[in-house]
Amino acid sequence: MKENIIPAIRLTLFCAVFFSGIYTMSILGIAQLAPNQGNGEIVTVNGKNHHINVAQKFVENKYFWSRPSAVDYNAAGSGGSNKGTNNPDYLAEVETRIDSFLIKNPSVKRSEVPSELVTASGSGLDPNISVQGAKVQAKRIAESRKISEEKVLEIIKQNTEKPLLGMLGTEKINVLQLNIELDKLK
Amino acid sequence: MNSELLGIIFMYGLVMLLAIPLGRYIGKIFNYESTWLDKVFNPIDKLFFKIGGINPTKEMNWKQHLVALLTINIVWFVISILVLTNMVWLPLNPDGNPSMSGDLAFNTTVSFITNTNLQHYSGESGLSYLGQLTLMLWQFISAGCGMAICAAVFMAMKEKTSATLGNFYSFFVRSCTRVLLPLSFVVAIILVMNGTPMTFEGKDTITTLEGNEQNVSRGPVAAFVAIKQLGTNGGGFYGPNSANPMENPNYLTNIVENISIVLIPIAMVFALGFILKRKKLSWTIYSVMTLGFLVLLIPAVISEMNGNPAISNMGISQNMGSMEGKEVRFGAAASANWATYTTVTSNGSVNAMHDSMTPIAGMTTLLGMMINCFYGGVGVGFLNFYIFIILGVFISGLMVGRTPEFLGKKIEAKEMKIAMFIALLHPFLILVGTALASHLYASDSEALSGWLANPGYHGFSEMLYEFTSSSANNGSGFEGLGDNTPFWNIATGVVMLFARYLPIIGPVAIAGMLAQKQYIPESNGTLKTDTSTFGLMVFAVIFIVAALSFFPALTLGPIAEYFSAK
Repeated sequence: MKENIIPAIRLTLFCAVFFSGIYTMSILGIAQLAPNQGNGEIVTVNGKNHHINVAQKFVENKYFWSRPSAVDYNAAGSGGSNKGTNNPDYLAEVETRIDSFLIKNPSVKRSEVPSELVTASGSGLDPNISVQGAKVQAKRIAESRKISEEKVLEIIKQNTEKPLLGMLGTEKINVLQLNIELDKLK
Repeated sequence: MNSELLGIIFMYGLVMLLAIPLGRYIGKIFNYESTWLDKVFNPIDKLFFKIGGINPTKEMNWKQHLVALLTINIVWFVISILVLTNMVWLPLNPDGNPSMSGDLAFNTTVSFITNTNLQHYSGESGLSYLGQLTLMLWQFISAGCGMAICAAVFMAMKEKTSATLGNFYSFFVRSCTRVLLPLSFVVAIILVMNGTPMTFEGKDTITTLEGNEQNVSRGPVAAFVAIKQLGTNGGGFYGPNSANPMENPNYLTNIVENISIVLIPIAMVFALGFILKRKKLSWTIYSVMTLGFLVLLIPAVISEMNGNPAISNMGISQNMGSMEGKEVRFGAAASANWATYTTVTSNGSVNAMHDSMTPIAGMTTLLGMMINCFYGGVGVGFLNFYIFIILGVFISGLMVGRTPEFLGKKIEAKEMKIAMFIALLHPFLILVGTALASHLYASDSEALSGWLANPGYHGFSEMLYEFTSSSANNGSGFEGLGDNTPFWNIATGVVMLFARYLPIIGPVAIAGMLAQKQYIPESNGTLKTDTSTFGLMVFAVIFIVAALSFFPALTLGPIAEYFSAK
């Protein structure tokens, strides 16, 4: 024990310099070559920055809505609901979300509502919805913006992200990207 | 074929493509054979030994290995406690986050030096960047520590009779610099190029399209996440771990992070074959582990892709599967896939909330941690499997009426006692802990109502999961559990300590004692340990121990939940 304690302390301190210091600074240096210099994935619209892969809160009818968030889209305190699949309070909450979605989107049939629009994401910041999740919102947006539904569906089609290499994973749409495109229309 | 399923098959293919050559490389490193990276790493390692004041060629016996390991872990413990309780005035704290309370600092420290990474805090608000970097240091060196001690056991399994098993510090430094560092480098660069933050600036404030203000946490995330995945650590930079879109931005990063979970644990199994020149033994062990892994993976994926029946009953479309607590960019299959990888190894990072998974997937994740050796943690996963090999050898020996031998060394009463003790320790810690918590909760459920986020059987599962995760040194959680209380911090902290160090001491002692014994050359009477028969025997031993120990607890939790669902 005694003969080990001094080497242990010295080795640990040098590990701290090496792994917390040199390794971190090297990655930080390389990050300067990355898009946006390691600040995340940022797009600029009308001079304002947005983190494209972090969900924003959308409640207005003229925008596509993000998935429900258990943390109210707090990107400095992300988290999920952690509700069990059979928790009665949770199921009642989902039921409420379905009802309010149907009220605001009266033309949509109940069986067309995809589950991801009424369930909270893992991080509370899920930037994506499914194609179906976008399509069921198209009519509401078209009416609110007084444009044709085809126009909205066209934007959905243009912004659909195929699975990786066309075959791995899910097909999805970035909600913020869609809404940026919508705002560009005029 | 379904693109979600294709995604997870692709991932496993990639794992195998990388793990076998990596295993050969790790084998060379522990055998001190030359590799093409020597030019870079020989001078670096020399610097480590010079500054540490260490003679890397000094041979150590198994007891000296353990003393060296425990001493350096005590040093880490002290440093970590000091940093975590003083973050508020130390540098690198742009968001002004507070220091930790004593019990939370104890839990977090134990959690990270034991390679568990159970988190009773949320990274965005509970740590300064100095705190994050300190924990990242433990992520490197606790993993290196596991690999080093596993290397000592590999040395002990060689044919020759020997009292010494190489030098602990040398194995430790070589594991950190030659394996963990280069792999972390590659992963971190892939992450940062895909939009994972890497900065020392504080929160970003933006205005959303609807005109609200949104704060976005940043930090040195990419560097941290890389070693978190590779070292079977699992402690995320952000609260929801790799479900957070900054920590895991897209499907490509998900593939990279997911395969990083099992890469080194599987490579270690192949390293064993290269070191002992017994490739068949490696393949036998690998096959048993993979069989167990698939038995857990397949039901989890099916159950999650089928979705939550209670949601289907509401008459909406559930084409994507069960999506509560999941992210659309990964989908149900890749989430269940990750959940299985992370629990069969002792990683514990998540890309979806396990608490919200269907009862079947909840049970398979629990079982993965209860068995804790289908791949297992870096280094220590093999040590857990080693215990089951010893049990398997002994039981088969009794069945066929031969003296039990493993790799030419006789297994006797002393080794068996240790193996039995270690095999029973894990269920003991889990079940006693859960029973204690359940008793406390049942006797005063109103005062402790903050503990459980879900009623009934699932609430019980939350407590069972927490102790299972602690004892498996896993670190994932049913995060609905209100776990930042003195009871949970101290109870799980103590469990993690026992569950880390005793299952290291046990196998090292067995291997060290076996190494000193006379080598008996193989004959017709020898029980062959690299055959499929023996593999099935070990699988049966694992299955029986796990089933007998844990079936009653699982019945009260996920099984009851499954059958009571309407």
